[in-house]
Amino acid sequence: MAEVQEVKKERESLFSKNNRKLISDPLNDSNPITVQVLGICSALAITVKLYPALVMSISVLFVLAMGNVVISLMRNLIPNRIRIIVQLVVVASLVILVDQVLKAFVYDVSKELSVFVGLIITNCIIMGRFEAFALGNGPWKSFLDGLGNAFGYAWILLAVAFFRELLGSGQLFGFQIIPESWYLSEGGFYSDNGMMLLPPMALITVGIIIWVQRSRNTELIEEN
Amino acid sequence: MKLFKNILESVKPHFVDGGKLEKYYPVYDGFATFLFTPGHTSHSGAHVRDAIDLKRTMVTVIFAMVPALLFGMWNAGNLHYGALGLAETVGFWDKFLWGALKIVPMLIVSYGVGLGVEFIFCIIKKHQIQEGFLVSGMLIPLIMPIDIPLWMVAVSVVFAVVIGKEVFGGTGMNILNPALTARAFAFFAYPTYMSGDKVWINTSAAEGQSVVDGFSGATVLGSYATGGEVGYSTMDMFLGFIPGSIGETSTLAVLIGAAILLYTGIGSWRIMLSGLIGALAMGLIFNTFAEYAISPEQQSFMAVPAWQQLIMGGFAFGLVFMATDPVSAAQTDKGKIIYGFLVGFFAIMIRVFNPAYPEGIMLAILFMNVMAPLIDHYVVQGNINKRKKRLATVKAA
Repeated sequence: MAEVQEVKKERESLFSKNNRKLISDPLNDSNPITVQVLGICSALAITVKLYPALVMSISVLFVLAMGNVVISLMRNLIPNRIRIIVQLVVVASLVILVDQVLKAFVYDVSKELSVFVGLIITNCIIMGRFEAFALGNGPWKSFLDGLGNAFGYAWILLAVAFFRELLGSGQLFGFQIIPESWYLSEGGFYSDNGMMLLPPMALITVGIIIWVQRSRNTELIEEN
Repeated sequence: MKLFKNILESVKPHFVDGGKLEKYYPVYDGFATFLFTPGHTSHSGAHVRDAIDLKRTMVTVIFAMVPALLFGMWNAGNLHYGALGLAETVGFWDKFLWGALKIVPMLIVSYGVGLGVEFIFCIIKKHQIQEGFLVSGMLIPLIMPIDIPLWMVAVSVVFAVVIGKEVFGGTGMNILNPALTARAFAFFAYPTYMSGDKVWINTSAAEGQSVVDGFSGATVLGSYATGGEVGYSTMDMFLGFIPGSIGETSTLAVLIGAAILLYTGIGSWRIMLSGLIGALAMGLIFNTFAEYAISPEQQSFMAVPAWQQLIMGGFAFGLVFMATDPVSAAQTDKGKIIYGFLVGFFAIMIRVFNPAYPEGIMLAILFMNVMAPLIDHYVVQGNINKRKKRLATVKAA
């Protein structure tokens, strides 16, 4: 929130313990997808293959880190009442930038991601970090926080995409991993799991990751 | 029996506290209580003493499924030899043996994998083995096509037990029927092995044999959905001489099972009866509106007499053995009637309106499994409100 005061005034080294925590926490104990349950829709939609998931992760990484820095720099100028609109303008300009770059250099992937690049604007992780962190902290810390959360988002996306592409189409990054001769059509015994290509399986895969995570760290389990 | 008892007694020291295999006590306990009535009694709280427990319930359901299983074995062989034009020459026992050789491995895989997963979870979670899988393990092969590769059965079983059951806390906590979860998984994951007109009859021909001319392996539902010719008489459908999943074809065998379940009081008559009425209702609605169908295939499907819908496909099997699953069905009496009615209603609606999913009963039961808690909630709330109102009138008077 805008009224949050900066508590620490003394100079901190760039990679102090607190700053490192900003990056490492979102990877596990406060992961944006599995713990905060934000940004689920894109995690379900673009994880059929690894490559689009990677491009999506990088896009979100750029938008989140840059947006956090910009908002943090402007945090004392933004009137509290219109802060959401200002945040939207910032994130929208960054997303348009990303969209144009993708269209120029990786057109195929851009077509595949289609509307989901534009939907980064409404990705709850980004607005969430702006509201919860960038408005109350300096640019460097906000940058690290953006990186941390984007990495947290990225590894879940890539993990889900890894299993979906491997089991769903027998490939990784488009390369055939399961030998062709294994397939039933080639006289083998194997068949790809078509359900992995459908969104429900992405949800179940995310669910399994959440399950594993919570059985390792029981503090994450909510009270009923 | 004495032999088993001696073996159990001799290995017991390894499993109790302090023994070498202490961690695996649930496994020992599972086997011991499966074979013998436990020698200990409960010490706290009030307990109902009854001759029937979870295991005996399960075993009764399995007995009820035996007619469908045995018929399925013979029918698989009959269809196989029929496709090769040898139906007349091959004897009863050869057909039965051929089917058994295909189906028994599926049963072994289903039970082996399913119980294996359950054992693993019991050891991790340190609770006693629950015998919920006994019925599911038998149901799963019965609702699979004859030609499905065994590893697909295994993967589906793992999915059903882990995602369908253990995630929610094990036997008794599952939202969905595990056997249908396995079938739905296989259906969406390996559609080419679970649907179409190639998978229901095994046509592998030995040397010197060949598939007869004009052979069609389509199920009755498949034929209707695609507007093809249905080459089976009503009697064939009722007795089950038709292609389909292994155990579902014979309505007669299912009815024998239903009689066992109803006589022992294990299956809910409310669900079965209201399901029957629901299916007939939907069938009659279709009959009435058949002329407004959007395509000729759909029109012929909609015009199928309502009673004939009951003996086609897996409707009877699903309604008797899976819709009545006491865990995933509605719990209240009134809820069971609503639940059963909608299962029948949707089953016929899905199979007629969606040619891609000819087997509507699977999706209808899964859908209503999800809705069952909601139905129960409103039934209970309705009862509370009714009694509140009664209390208010009594107070006012």
